[in-house]
Amino acid sequence: MHTVGIGTEIRDFVVTNFLFGKGDDLSDEESLLDNGVIDSTGVLELVSYLQERFEMRVEDDEIVPANLDSIRNLVEFVGRKIGR
Amino acid sequence: MCGICGVLNTDLSPADAGMLGKMVAAIRHRGPDDCGVYTEGNVGLGHARLSIIDVAGGHQPMRSSDGDLAITFNGEIFNYIELREELEKRGHRFATSSDTEVILHQYEEDGEQCVRRFNGQWAFAIWDRRMRRLFLSRDRMGIRPLYYTQTRRGFLFASEMKALLAQPSVRAEFDLRALDQVFTFWTTIAPRTAFKGIWQLPPGCSAVVDERGVRVERYWSLSFPEEKHRTVEEERELACELRELLLDATRIRLRADVPVGCYLSGGIDSTVTTALAAHVAGDRLRSFSIAFADAEYDERRFQQEASEFLKTDHSSFCCSAADIAEIFPEVVRHAEQPVLRTAPAPMLLLSRLVRESGFKVVLTGEGADEVLGGYDIFKEAKIRRFWARDVSSRWRPLLLKRLYPYMDGLQRQSPAYLRHFFRVSEGDLGSPFFSHLPRWELTARLKLLLSEDVRNELRDYDAFEEMKAALPSEYWTWHPFHQAEYLEATGLLPGYILSSQGDRMAMAHGVEGRFPFLDHRVVDFAAKLPPNLKMKGLREKYLLKRACAEDVPASILKRTKQPYRAPDGKCFFGADAPEYVEQCLSHRAVRDGGVFDANAVGVLKAKFQSGRQVSTRDNMALVGVLSTQLLLNQFAGRQLDSCTQWGSELRFATSS
Repeated sequence: MHTVGIGTEIRDFVVTNFLFGKGDDLSDEESLLDNGVIDSTGVLELVSYLQERFEMRVEDDEIVPANLDSIRNLVEFVGRKIGR
Repeated sequence: MCGICGVLNTDLSPADAGMLGKMVAAIRHRGPDDCGVYTEGNVGLGHARLSIIDVAGGHQPMRSSDGDLAITFNGEIFNYIELREELEKRGHRFATSSDTEVILHQYEEDGEQCVRRFNGQWAFAIWDRRMRRLFLSRDRMGIRPLYYTQTRRGFLFASEMKALLAQPSVRAEFDLRALDQVFTFWTTIAPRTAFKGIWQLPPGCSAVVDERGVRVERYWSLSFPEEKHRTVEEERELACELRELLLDATRIRLRADVPVGCYLSGGIDSTVTTALAAHVAGDRLRSFSIAFADAEYDERRFQQEASEFLKTDHSSFCCSAADIAEIFPEVVRHAEQPVLRTAPAPMLLLSRLVRESGFKVVLTGEGADEVLGGYDIFKEAKIRRFWARDVSSRWRPLLLKRLYPYMDGLQRQSPAYLRHFFRVSEGDLGSPFFSHLPRWELTARLKLLLSEDVRNELRDYDAFEEMKAALPSEYWTWHPFHQAEYLEATGLLPGYILSSQGDRMAMAHGVEGRFPFLDHRVVDFAAKLPPNLKMKGLREKYLLKRACAEDVPASILKRTKQPYRAPDGKCFFGADAPEYVEQCLSHRAVRDGGVFDANAVGVLKAKFQSGRQVSTRDNMALVGVLSTQLLLNQFAGRQLDSCTQWGSELRFATSS
């Protein structure tokens, strides 16, 4: 899967799951926490989505904003995890 | 406890007794025992009665012996016996043994200031013939409701908005600013209601209405005097004083000519009120509770423990997700405003159980969390503030784990995320809403669901500014803990807990709630306590637990606070989902309603239907949209035709 493909998929998930489909204003760099896109249970939703969709294991110490707090961070994190 | 309504036609046209009868009929559930209408020229009062004190003599509307005053009254004046003794000494003669008549005499004695003497929960209107004016009043904490509106013809008031809507000239038009407020604060800010042009008399206020208009005046407000440091010795005395006050508050709340039951939730507050009631009454009490089929919400173990300890005869209603879904339209019809939680639904089912068991009065523990420092939001604010003083601290944020032990999702967060969630910025620290910002900002995200038209309409509106403008000037001088208590006790408490989840759910089945913790002597006493006696470290309700340690089982004293919650959004999906859900949430229904973006609601619905994990915000969103859609269907743009249950038993009286 291309990084571009991953990016689109992750964006779709975030927008559908956390923004009721209304994500036109969300940039790839924006912090999902600072902008209130996800709440505390949202992080867990995000992690279980990543694990299921990309068949990867997310360790507890990887659940940090540096990996998960923007679309760009997410794409890079997934890319590193699945070796792309 | 009852339902009241009335008119004052400022165009001097005669009050229409038939129309008043329709208003009474719309709130007949509040007072199924008796009803009556009184007219005098351009004035009319209506009443639906739940007979509790002086069952035989307390018919309403009631007139003074000279006929100059007429009253319609909902609620209780618990200190009526003491007031009556004083009044008799001053020469007042009583024809009944009701508290209603005490109000009339106290008004004769003190005029508008009479309400300062009352210890109770009330909404009433007095027609003063000599002064040619209506005097209306609502209790200090907002336990009993009172709404009003003005038409071309004059002034109308009632216990519930549906009675106002029984008048053809009153239409229910959604107030979008109210919607914005509910989707931020979980309630509207008084005097605003969900409907344009319909207002509520704010808690702690009275109003005078005559041909010059409506003048609202505050006679009581929650205030926090400067706190003093307390010694250990003083602390012991304060604990004793608190228990004595609560005991007396409970004692006068057992005054009734019908049996009084107790709600027993399994938490400390209702266990304390039940224990004190048992102490005063000296005999076996009847207690009631809600249990949940879903173990996540169920507190049966603690309810049973409390019941055994206090030797009550206990009944509980076991509530399932399907029960909540089935009853939810009724919940909204009674609540008359959108709700973001389903938690009122089980309360509606509980009041039915109480009524079917032959009880119409219950004591509950409501108010303890607000006035004695019980809520997690207070704890959260305390931790965030503590941490903000040293933002680089690695261990301070770990205190956050001690918050919300019942929220599994939060417990599984990494420290990095916890820090981020509860982070504090410089700007936040200076905000008057510091304690509530995380909750309100999370909730305000629900406004993403609003339709473009509605969002455009609200573009220049800022609910936070309206909230700020409503704060008393001394608010800014109070301790942050007291600021947070003020926001809870004047916002969510009257706007949701005591109304959507309280009065409306109980009165739907003609059941009256009574709240010892909301006795104004208890409230005033608690407001004077320094914050560290309410929450010591992170120990909530510290002084209450100390005061009542002997009254409740140790397990309940020690257990971590579990807020009352019920299964939310998921109730409305699955094979057995009631038909109305799809009727309200279909693309077409949402589009036609005009309030929400049909596509966004579609996405939300799909998330629930997929069975995927949903968040707190998703639950609030779903329940908020569904309740708003139901409200639109039931009320908006319509004039209600609710002339059910109204027949020959209505008593008419006119001045002669």
